[in-house]
Amino acid sequence: MRFVGFVARRLVGIAAVMIGVSVITFAISHLVPADPAIAALGDHASAEQIAAFRSEYHLDRPLPEQYLTYVGGILRGDLGRSIRTRREVVADLAEAFPATLELSLAALLVAIVVGIPSGVWSAVSRGRLPDYLVRVLSLVGGSLPVFWLGLIVIGLGYYQLGWFPGGGRIDLFVPPPPARTGLYVLDSLLAGDIVALASALRHLVLPALTLGYFSTAVIARMTRSSMLEVLGQDYMRTARAKGLQERIVVLRHGLRNALIPTVTIIGLTFGSLLSGAVLTETIFSWPGLGRYATASAVSLDFPAVLGVTLLAAVVYPVANLAVDVAYFWLDPRTQRG
Amino acid sequence: MADPTVGPLTLRATGLTLRAPIFSNALNVVSLVVIGAFAACAVFAPLLAPYDPLAQALGARLEPPSAAHWLGTDQLGRDIASRLIYGARISLIIGIVVVASAGVFGTFIGLVAGYAAGLIDETLMRVTEVFLAFPPLILAMAIAGALGPSLTNAIIAIAAVTWAVYARLARGQILALRHREFVEAARAMGASRARIIGLHLLPNAIAPLMIQASFDMGSAIVSAAGLSFIGFGAQPPTPEWGVMISEGRNFISTQLWLSLFPGLAILLAVGAFNLLGDGLRDLFDPRLRRTG
Repeated sequence: MRFVGFVARRLVGIAAVMIGVSVITFAISHLVPADPAIAALGDHASAEQIAAFRSEYHLDRPLPEQYLTYVGGILRGDLGRSIRTRREVVADLAEAFPATLELSLAALLVAIVVGIPSGVWSAVSRGRLPDYLVRVLSLVGGSLPVFWLGLIVIGLGYYQLGWFPGGGRIDLFVPPPPARTGLYVLDSLLAGDIVALASALRHLVLPALTLGYFSTAVIARMTRSSMLEVLGQDYMRTARAKGLQERIVVLRHGLRNALIPTVTIIGLTFGSLLSGAVLTETIFSWPGLGRYATASAVSLDFPAVLGVTLLAAVVYPVANLAVDVAYFWLDPRTQRG
Repeated sequence: MADPTVGPLTLRATGLTLRAPIFSNALNVVSLVVIGAFAACAVFAPLLAPYDPLAQALGARLEPPSAAHWLGTDQLGRDIASRLIYGARISLIIGIVVVASAGVFGTFIGLVAGYAAGLIDETLMRVTEVFLAFPPLILAMAIAGALGPSLTNAIIAIAAVTWAVYARLARGQILALRHREFVEAARAMGASRARIIGLHLLPNAIAPLMIQASFDMGSAIVSAAGLSFIGFGAQPPTPEWGVMISEGRNFISTQLWLSLFPGLAILLAVGAFNLLGDGLRDLFDPRLRRTG
């Protein structure tokens, strides 16, 4: 029951934050100094065309009414029509979201698979070469502009070595797998389509490495720091005194306890992955939310930009809630409140 | 306990005089040297830059690094080293303006929330939470896109997504301090609210804010470069590092240096501020100093 109450309280909190989020996204849409009608229809549009456009997008109503229409739409799952693509924003987001999710999950996988062992290695080799190496690479990862790293990675992996494709989700001549989840790798596996799977994986490597480097650095640093704290605990000494192998002491007794703060960080990096995805997708022509947001913002397509912003603002607190739930199970102390 | 390696610089924090061995750690020294060099480039750009950063020389387009042009020239024959040096000025201004405005505003909100408590605290913290719910770059892009692409609007957008962290940090500090004896004593002596907040609470809450400021100098520089890269920040021909990387994008297969050097400049500057942030955190938190 405590658990249900905890989740319910958090959901109410998220709902309250969402109201604030809707106010901010609505306010941003009205900061636009240029007239979206002229931006969409061009300078030569007639007065009737502009009036019809403003009426279609409710731009001719008073602000409070526009806000209520906007919130009512959100609650019905209607985020309006994109000025640029002329499609429902929800449909556009539904199409773009799986691409971003696939890229973010791949980046997170890179970060976990590389970051946690690096952090452990660094901690157990404290003050020696591997420790310095991991710390320097973490510092670099935390300071690198992701868009620059993307360009350098394309320069090397695509132009110089020719090992990986320079952009897109799948080769032009390979038909995408039948859409079940929208994640090409998973869909190819489900369909047993080896050609599509190989192509999707090859396209995923460079953007996932680029996007994942920052999170890898963060996770490695956090794992190192919590491992160092855990390594000095009494129960570690007890485990060694029992005659257990060092590897078992470190992994079974040390890492399990050190992972708790790392789990929190993994959840928090999801938000940074979404931010990073904007730039990574732009560089790698990855047809996800980030590229959609950038293209929409350039054309003053505010229903689309606000749709992405709103979705991103929902994903972040929900990811944090998922982390807190995981925390609740991982660390019995939090259950005592 | 006195540390024999203490350098000449001491920092005052948490109400005590903390003899900070800021120069005893080699990494702190490296970060301060890089930041010093970065600041020198920014201040003395007209003296240090060998060429006008905007001067085009179409006869010397896309030249690789040489004695005449240390870091080569770009697609319009402009000297990349000179543009980088002037770019340091822009990046430093971005960092300072973002951190100063977001830091002052966020700290003020946090101080008021933490000290006032009750409904004011609840309201201000809910607003803060709303801003923290957005992935920063997406919100910054939406704001910068709405206001129109320019460096000033990019700075406004980045400051708008940065202040909330300071509000939360400052509030946390105030909650921890507001019932301490020295605050109660000031209150008993009849000190005004403004005096208690300004003279007693703020100086004691400043350490984590300074650490955050150091990290945010770096992230503001990266965010501004990112916004410029996708067209929502500084515009060409401004010698801003993000603009330079974006302009070099079409030459990535043949003239890598066009994008390489501005990226390295960002890496160096941001890395130095992050390193300084780490150093300050270690100084202010002895527990972390032990764990390294």
